[in-house]
Formats: sequence, C-alpha cells, structure tokens
Amino acid sequence: MHTAAGAEARLPIRSDMDLVWVRQHVRQAAALIGFGLVDQTKLVTAASELARNTLVHGGGGQMEAARVSEHGTEGLRLVFTDTGPGIADLDRALSDGYTSGDGLGMGLGGARRLVHDFEVVSSPESGTTVRVTSWVTRPPRPREES
Amino acid sequence: MNESSPRHVAGHVPVLRLGDVLLVTLQGDLYDSAAQQLQQDLAETIAHSRVTGVVIDISGVEVVDSFLGRVLAEIAAQAELLAARTVVAGMRPAVAITLVELGLSLPGLRTALTTEAALELLDRPIVTPRSGGRRQERP
Repeated sequence: MHTAAGAEARLPIRSDMDLVWVRQHVRQAAALIGFGLVDQTKLVTAASELARNTLVHGGGGQMEAARVSEHGTEGLRLVFTDTGPGIADLDRALSDGYTSGDGLGMGLGGARRLVHDFEVVSSPESGTTVRVTSWVTRPPRPREES
Repeated sequence: MNESSPRHVAGHVPVLRLGDVLLVTLQGDLYDSAAQQLQQDLAETIAHSRVTGVVIDISGVEVVDSFLGRVLAEIAAQAELLAARTVVAGMRPAVAITLVELGLSLPGLRTALTTEAALELLDRPIVTPRSGGRRQERP
C-alpha cells in the first residue's frame, strides 16, 4: 500500500511516464485534502491536460503541488512550469478547437473549465507557467470577468 | 528518483478475441505510448482477424483526458473503415461528467453501460450507419 507523503510535491515532466506520476499524485493529494470523486476526477484530468502541454509544447518542465487554505476552505494548487518557447497567442490557445498539431484542441481551454482558479503567464523569454487551484467546497462568489 | 512503478499502470494492453468480436479491457492509468500502440495494434488485428466488432471496456479507467478521448474516437473511426463497429463500455459517471465539462462529448462514439450490453448492441443488425441516416439508393 502506498502512503501518500502529503499533498506537497515537485514532480518532473519529461516523459509520458511522468504524466502517469502527475495524475497519481494529484489523485492522492486531492483525496487527502477531501475532494469528492467527481472533483478529484476533474482535477486529475485538468492536471493531465496541463502536464501534457508542458511536455509536448514546453519541451518538458515540472509540476509543483501544494495544499492551500483560504477563509477556512481547503484547496489544491498546481503550478506547471516550462522554459519552452511560450504561447504566442494566448487568447487563441484558450479557445476551444485550437490545436497546434495533435490533440482535439481542448487542452488549455478545457483544463480551465475543470478548475476553479486559472492563471497563465507566458513569454518567449521565460516560458509558460500555468497556475490552477480548486477548492473542496466552492464558496459562492461573483462570476469573474474573463 | 522513485524506483517503484506507479500503481495500475498499463504498458501493454491485451486484446482478446471472442468469436467475431475483439474485447479490449483498459485498466488503471495508461501511458500515452501504450494507448497509441493499442490504436495501431487494433487496426492490424481487425484487418487480419476480420472481426465485425470491437468492445473497449473502460470501467477500470479513472481518467479519460483529451488524449485518451481522441485515441478512443480514432480507434472507432478506424474500425468503421475496416468494417467493424466499436462500442466503449463501462464509462464511470465521474469520467462522463468530466468529459462533457472538458468539451469532449465524443458524439461519434457508441457506448454501453456494461460489456454484456455492448456485445448485445453489436449483435443487432446495423440500422443506422454513422452518418445517421439510411443509405440512399440511387434514383
């Protein structure tokens, strides 16, 4: 039986084997923090999309996972970083159906719908960082302008 | 580096033949490369064994992302061109919910709740081809 060492981790993303590790860590961390089954599945799926972007488009990188707490609500934050060429047209990359080659073009936009908070910073100099957070129970909040 | 391998990882997917049907059972977490290998293997196997149906049991799969979703859709499309029908069986409710939210409702994919139901579905005569309507006779 594997014992989850906790939610905190820094995992390399260099191969499709690493994608499996990312999914398994996010699953274990989300369960540990108290996410229900559907929310676990959404978070793991989002992590899989983002990790694959890091691998395929960013040329590899890493994911950092951390347990976060805000106003008494527990959450899981995942940060994907690469030092690749960056995303030239972010608005386009976030729209459905956009693909730079493989996949169904659901990666970035799809992942955004599966998490509560989503933030992406990208430039040709520093690569791409995607930061996502989901909360165990979503507190009521006004819809964000996007 | 962690030396142990992740739990329930499928590096190779076995394909079982049951009469006219190929039965594929996906278990646990699948490498991208294993999914792609399966896609190629299935096309070859369908062509050689001349089966008329493929059932892919995904009841043991916890996560279907856009990559695996695309592989499933492409397997079904390939099989169709090779005169075999594909049914994806046993999708978990959490996976279905997530796929729709992801924006991937996979409209071309036939599904069944269980492998038994999938086999029954394949037993029935083809009523509607994939275009959705009956083949039109030439006027």
